[in-house]
Amino acid sequence: MRGRVNFKVERRPIASGFTVFLVSLFAILAALVVAGIFFQIYGVSPIRAYQLILRGSLGSIFGLTETIRRAIPLLLCGVGLTVAFRALFWNIGAEGQLLMGAVAAAGIALFSKLPDPLLLPAMFVGGFLGGAVWGLIPAILKVILGINDVITTLMLNYIAIYFVEWLIHGPWKGPSARGFAYSDTFPHAAWLPTIPGTRIHWPTLILGLVLAVMMYILINRTKSGFEIRVIGENPDAARYAGISQLKTTLLVMLISGGLAGLAGVGEIAGIHMRLLGPSHISMGYGYTAIIVAWLARCNPLAVVVTSLLFGVIMSGGDVIKVSLGLPFQLINVFNGLILLFLIGSEIFLRYKISFLRSLRR
Amino acid sequence: MDSSGGYAVELKGIVKRFPGVIANDGIDLKIRRGEIHCLLGENGAGKTTLMRVLYGLYRPDEGEIILNSEPVQMTSPRAALDHHIGMVHQHFRLVPTLTVQENIILGLNEGTGPFMNFRKTREKILAIADKYGLLVDPQAKVWQLAVGQQQRVEILKALYRKVDILIMDEPTSVLTPQEVEQLFSTLRTLVDDGLTIIFITHKLDEVMEVSDRVTVLRKGKVVSTLPTAKADKTTLAKLMVGREVVFRLKKSPMKRREKILEVRNLYALNDRGFLALRGISFDLFGGEILSVAGVSGNGQNELAEVLTGLRKSTKGRIFLEKKEITNCSARDIDNLNVAHIPAERIRIGIVPALTISENLILKKYRSSRFSCKGFLNNKKIEENARCAMSNYQIAAPSYDTPIKLLSGGNIQKVILARELSENPRLIVAVHPTYGLDIGATEQVRKILLTQRERGAAILLISEDLEEIMTLSDRIMVLFNGEVMGILDAESADIGEIGLMMAGTRYEGEKL
Amino acid sequence: MGWENWIITSLSRSLAYGTPLLLGTLGEIYTERSGVLNLGVEGMMIMGAYSAFTITYISGNPWWGIMVAAVVGGAFSLIHAFTTVTLKANQVVSGLSLTMLGLGLSGMFGRGWEGKPLPATIPKITISHFSKIPLLGPILFVEQNLIVYLTILLVPLLWYILYRTRIGITIRSVGESPATADSLGISVNRVRYLCVFIGGVLAGLAGGYLSVAYRPAWTEGMTAGMGWIVIALTIFAFWNPAYGMLGAYLFAALYHLAFRLQPWVSPELLKAMPYAFAILVLIFVSRGTLQKRMGAPAALGLPYIRGEE
Repeated sequence: MRGRVNFKVERRPIASGFTVFLVSLFAILAALVVAGIFFQIYGVSPIRAYQLILRGSLGSIFGLTETIRRAIPLLLCGVGLTVAFRALFWNIGAEGQLLMGAVAAAGIALFSKLPDPLLLPAMFVGGFLGGAVWGLIPAILKVILGINDVITTLMLNYIAIYFVEWLIHGPWKGPSARGFAYSDTFPHAAWLPTIPGTRIHWPTLILGLVLAVMMYILINRTKSGFEIRVIGENPDAARYAGISQLKTTLLVMLISGGLAGLAGVGEIAGIHMRLLGPSHISMGYGYTAIIVAWLARCNPLAVVVTSLLFGVIMSGGDVIKVSLGLPFQLINVFNGLILLFLIGSEIFLRYKISFLRSLRR
Repeated sequence: MDSSGGYAVELKGIVKRFPGVIANDGIDLKIRRGEIHCLLGENGAGKTTLMRVLYGLYRPDEGEIILNSEPVQMTSPRAALDHHIGMVHQHFRLVPTLTVQENIILGLNEGTGPFMNFRKTREKILAIADKYGLLVDPQAKVWQLAVGQQQRVEILKALYRKVDILIMDEPTSVLTPQEVEQLFSTLRTLVDDGLTIIFITHKLDEVMEVSDRVTVLRKGKVVSTLPTAKADKTTLAKLMVGREVVFRLKKSPMKRREKILEVRNLYALNDRGFLALRGISFDLFGGEILSVAGVSGNGQNELAEVLTGLRKSTKGRIFLEKKEITNCSARDIDNLNVAHIPAERIRIGIVPALTISENLILKKYRSSRFSCKGFLNNKKIEENARCAMSNYQIAAPSYDTPIKLLSGGNIQKVILARELSENPRLIVAVHPTYGLDIGATEQVRKILLTQRERGAAILLISEDLEEIMTLSDRIMVLFNGEVMGILDAESADIGEIGLMMAGTRYEGEKL
Repeated sequence: MGWENWIITSLSRSLAYGTPLLLGTLGEIYTERSGVLNLGVEGMMIMGAYSAFTITYISGNPWWGIMVAAVVGGAFSLIHAFTTVTLKANQVVSGLSLTMLGLGLSGMFGRGWEGKPLPATIPKITISHFSKIPLLGPILFVEQNLIVYLTILLVPLLWYILYRTRIGITIRSVGESPATADSLGISVNRVRYLCVFIGGVLAGLAGGYLSVAYRPAWTEGMTAGMGWIVIALTIFAFWNPAYGMLGAYLFAALYHLAFRLQPWVSPELLKAMPYAFAILVLIFVSRGTLQKRMGAPAALGLPYIRGEE
């Protein structure tokens, strides 16, 4: 009796957690393979490249700490994005919100006459508000005028970038070195403490972890979280249930923008100690956070893991820059491929291929 | 030279099934060339499905379409157009930002190569428009046109493609009386020119005025085809709704209690901006079921939405137990203990990705029963779910199961459990048994009757006349947004109801 | 005389700098008119710039470089078309991923090409006969790149196609009401693939122009956010090629002026203008009838699935 294999494709009602994990893993592996091919074409053995990356980012204490400190803004932005995405608000503007948070914190550090012990807490509050306001603008535009959230958040990124540029070249101009402009250095009271010997500004890290847990609880255990989930899953039912689209949208963008703002505070108060050029403050943290949130399937707790993964990639980029002389931009190859394969593989979550064997007589 | 025996098209033994329902059950239909043939029936009768089969939007499960004595396969609307069959849908298929002429030639191979000769196109369009009295400005943008004019564009679209048969699906539902007259005169001109028209409607006046022959469909079958000259409204109405004896559920006599709902002179617009409700007034008492009968699209959905706060009224007032609730929000009305069992179960009534227990608290999550200081009380929510599942016999692995995995009947039971949990004073139930199997339907009806016993006032909107006759104490018929009459269910004659559904006002005493 | 010279030079430079903006905008207009949002323009542009540079270096012929740039941009865009039209994935995320990929790949492979001189570039030409026309002459016909002329000619062509030909009507219907187009036998998918491809080709061309004609050189990240300005300009142009030309040259002028006007207006403010203006346009157009008249294609950003109406 000979068997003939044919398969049928059917819609999958619910993808189990295991399936989601497998598909995500497949997406990452596929991305790594293709990236490896690019390495090969360039002339570097992919094995060597990956060895370098892993050794550099995880194989030494220094590497590990760099990985973690890269992960901090990803964690904060990522958690914020999960909240926004859950309510179907496409916040592409985390980059700008991060910068505005940095601006607010820098302003407080440089110009407020607050007593020393109050300086850092004030900076965090100010940074949160700065990012939150920047996030509320597109929220208001969407709810009241129905304007597309993707475009507004995107445009506001660039407005924020040029705002920072203006500040450091203009009113907040400090001493410049080697053609880069930046503001004056912050007073010492505005410097975030770091774990000795590393660049990990631990208050922000703890803040990030705490907020990840808090956001998880918010989404899954509170009334507001329930409203967010209903709006995100079925906006029509939300209207039928009397849930206010306005209030919920404003809430999620307050949170999302605010968390990105906190990330901005962490970067300038923990790493740079001054306001500098936007591309130095954020190496695309806001955009990478989108992938972080997506891979985490919008679960704030999972963001802890995925932000670490991308921290590895980013600090791997540093390693590659030094050892192989390749530009840091190269990590975008990983980012882009992973994201591409992630969304490309989602089709496997919606449909299931089952193999049937029919026996021929 | 006519080999088709004078028939423009013949449908033989058409069967079309959808999950859970047989929309067309072996339909035979012969349409004569050059006639205006009306398809009459209520919703669910199968008229639109049948015409969609003819137009290539659906493939029939069995049966054939015969054109010019040859069976043909209608694989798509393109194929139908190739066979010179055109259709003007109830909801127009036009691109609003394009001009009239652009819409008309959309999809056609006009012009030489990539170049368009707009002047020639315009002339062609105007020639057709003139011939049939369909005045329209070819260069106007469609979104700027009135509905009547937009319909003319749809007709021109078909005529431009030289159709022989034109199907019109409920064309007058969006027209003013004057526009209706214009449409009819256009149709007569078209027919004089040799076209064949198939006209879907549920309005008896139109059938009598414009058709040559009429076919009545009911529950997917042809009841009768007769020349209009030989028909009258009463006969047609009876054919439309059927004459069978209706089995009534054991129902205790109505114990009417105090007045719960008072609606006075209610006006409201539908989504397209037209008046859907025109001066509706009625009272509803506790302990009774008042059914709203009528063909879908005559204002029933809008009435339910206005009563439950999902749509604003433009005029008129609503009182709930003497308290005015006109234009209150959905949340406020929900807080006043009004239950709403929505028409579209899955699209609005539930959140498919959430669990059963979460769906059960979709509206009540704010109350102190289920939440405390912003946090949800999971224990109470689970307890609620357990109770509901046992009380309403909801079949599911657990209360944590995502609701989208449940059957239609069980989903409806979840909705009922949710809505009825706090002993509402007023229940607005819209098509509550639509798409459910017999067992689930029985259960739902029993639940409604129990609520009636309990003293709730129930407004039941349904297209199922049998259901209405079975469950109601009183029956209100809506046509074109107006109340045609309110009858006592016990003594109501189904023919009378049919007449009202098709546009005749009730001349007797109103209840 | 100094003033006049200054104006002429500025406008002439604006024409040159506005060309890649215009090319990108024209392409994105077509893409969005069919209902697809392509945020990958930046990535396609930089890949175009990189490919044009390397091919020109290797082959010695800049026109080969330009052609390959167009092909590379188109190829990239086909990935976007595949994920969004066929797999019906999220358009925003797909575009972003391609921008990241483009920036990363060009950065990676471009290492080592920086600083290399090109053997040949698209030449600038001067048409002495026309250059005598007062004002316009010196701006348009002195020391301008051939591609600038080609781009200017492209505008009326693309405008005509979009508004006066059958294919243009088809494209616009797909972007406004794909269900209607589908019911008339138009293949929504095919139209969208085509338009996304056009967008990619033009974006690649824009990038190629930068590295091989405008300021022949290769630097990592040399497009410097031009792709995002294109997204803003598409909105600013109300999805109309004619306004697109206006917007592109206007903002190019602003950019050029950014340096000149430094003492009076901060350059950063000028650079932020395209983005701020795009938001203002969206606010302006958000009211009812204006939305219909000049707003975004109604189906922009939404995947089309037959049967879901």
